[in-house]
Amino acid sequence: MFYLDDIGRYFLMIKGVFSRMTKGSVLRTLIFKEIDDLIIGSIGITVFLAFFIGAVVAIQTALNLTNPLIPKQLIAFASRQSVILEFAPTFISVIMAGKVGSFITSSIGTMRVTEQIDALEVMGINSLNYLVFPKIIAMLMYPFVIAIAMFVGIFGGYIAGVYGGFVSSSEFITGLQDEFVPFHLVYAFIKTFLFAFLLATIPSFHGYYMKGGALEVGKASTAAFVWTTVVIVISNYILTQLLLSA
Amino acid sequence: MIEVNDIHKAFHGEEILKGITTTFHRGKTNLIIGTSGSGKTVFLKCLLGLFTPEKGTISYDGENYSELDEEEKRRLRQRMGMVFQGSALFDSMTVEENIMFPLKMFTRQKKSEMMDRANEVIDRVNLENANKKLPSEISGGMQKRVAIARAIVTRPKYLFCDEPNSGLDPNTAMVIDNLIQEITVENDITTVINTHDMNSVMEIGEKIIFLKKGFLEWEGDKTQIFKTDNEAVTNFVYSSNLFKKVRKAQLQGF
Repeated sequence: MFYLDDIGRYFLMIKGVFSRMTKGSVLRTLIFKEIDDLIIGSIGITVFLAFFIGAVVAIQTALNLTNPLIPKQLIAFASRQSVILEFAPTFISVIMAGKVGSFITSSIGTMRVTEQIDALEVMGINSLNYLVFPKIIAMLMYPFVIAIAMFVGIFGGYIAGVYGGFVSSSEFITGLQDEFVPFHLVYAFIKTFLFAFLLATIPSFHGYYMKGGALEVGKASTAAFVWTTVVIVISNYILTQLLLSA
Repeated sequence: MIEVNDIHKAFHGEEILKGITTTFHRGKTNLIIGTSGSGKTVFLKCLLGLFTPEKGTISYDGENYSELDEEEKRRLRQRMGMVFQGSALFDSMTVEENIMFPLKMFTRQKKSEMMDRANEVIDRVNLENANKKLPSEISGGMQKRVAIARAIVTRPKYLFCDEPNSGLDPNTAMVIDNLIQEITVENDITTVINTHDMNSVMEIGEKIIFLKKGFLEWEGDKTQIFKTDNEAVTNFVYSSNLFKKVRKAQLQGF
């Protein structure tokens, strides 16, 4: 019953976010600020993680290809498929649940504790729209972060594969082009859009409805990370079943 | 003028406000006092429209809040200013941006007009050289001044203050009290202050209501409160050693 109550409140929050819109000029400023905080601020860590994930995938694949009959370009093929289908959209989103999610929960939670949300409400402002809507719009840019992660991940695989002496440059490039299915990119970006929405709204929910003081802000941030990760993993399973198993 | 008629408010089955009826007059500083847990904050939040009472009515210059639609409620709230206990300034904005925020949200003024109005209220609350500073870079007293400036920048008809003196030294507290009273008279607004500071009661208590366990126990003004026989009020008023000595001297005929 407790979880049902929370789920119900989450959907009521979503309804509240899209009602009584804040003045356009104010929203524009807020959206640019959120893009800076949530998107631009995440590119560095994403590039770093994606490069090394791609590199490790390439090395692991190479080290497990002991049969001489299996062509070396399979290293590139495996790197591409792993990075595009799972590592970039899902793994990076789980990392972002920690980085972006805890930032959103703690910033909104602190506003709750210090009565800044009450101040917005007293002024007659829809605080949900003012605080959460710009985050949702900013997170529409999240697929660009994932696209960068895909590119850098594959590039990391290339560097590790070629300069580690596991595969030649031409074999790697040939492997990258082998049996490429464009729909896999569509699948990855459909997932990314859903994850972006979850990354913006679940941490906002935990921050907005928190009660208490500084300690509770910390607890809310942890809960936001856990629940965002859980929902991302479950929705990843459902979307994969729906889009790829058909 | 704010007229409160028999309001009741409960949380999880426990009744916090048990039928309060009173009137807050325009151009006067109206104080809500009472011990912790007496329902002061809940009452103030009902006046602000943040809590909806289960029973009773609150009318603002004849407009019954519960009968207004959402848009009318929003418009009414835009005529309210609020000074929160912890100031509730937006910490990502400078002092100037905090003060201009309500103007940005609710008016179509040019930036220069907003700046002029912001500077006008900054002067009024005696805030100097703080325009470009963040709230974290100024003192508690200055934060209160910024909060007052933000509350009055849109020329509200109703001003609400929740413990405006908490955390301030006695001198600064007195300055803030006097500032609120002056602004109330100058702008002819209805000011309601939630406090348990007896200095405020003595300085600016033009109308005082005393809450006890959700009931309105007593109402009067700053001279009547020192003469009342109501035991709960005298216990509250003479709870500090200084006031106890004053009371003793009064009773001995000094």
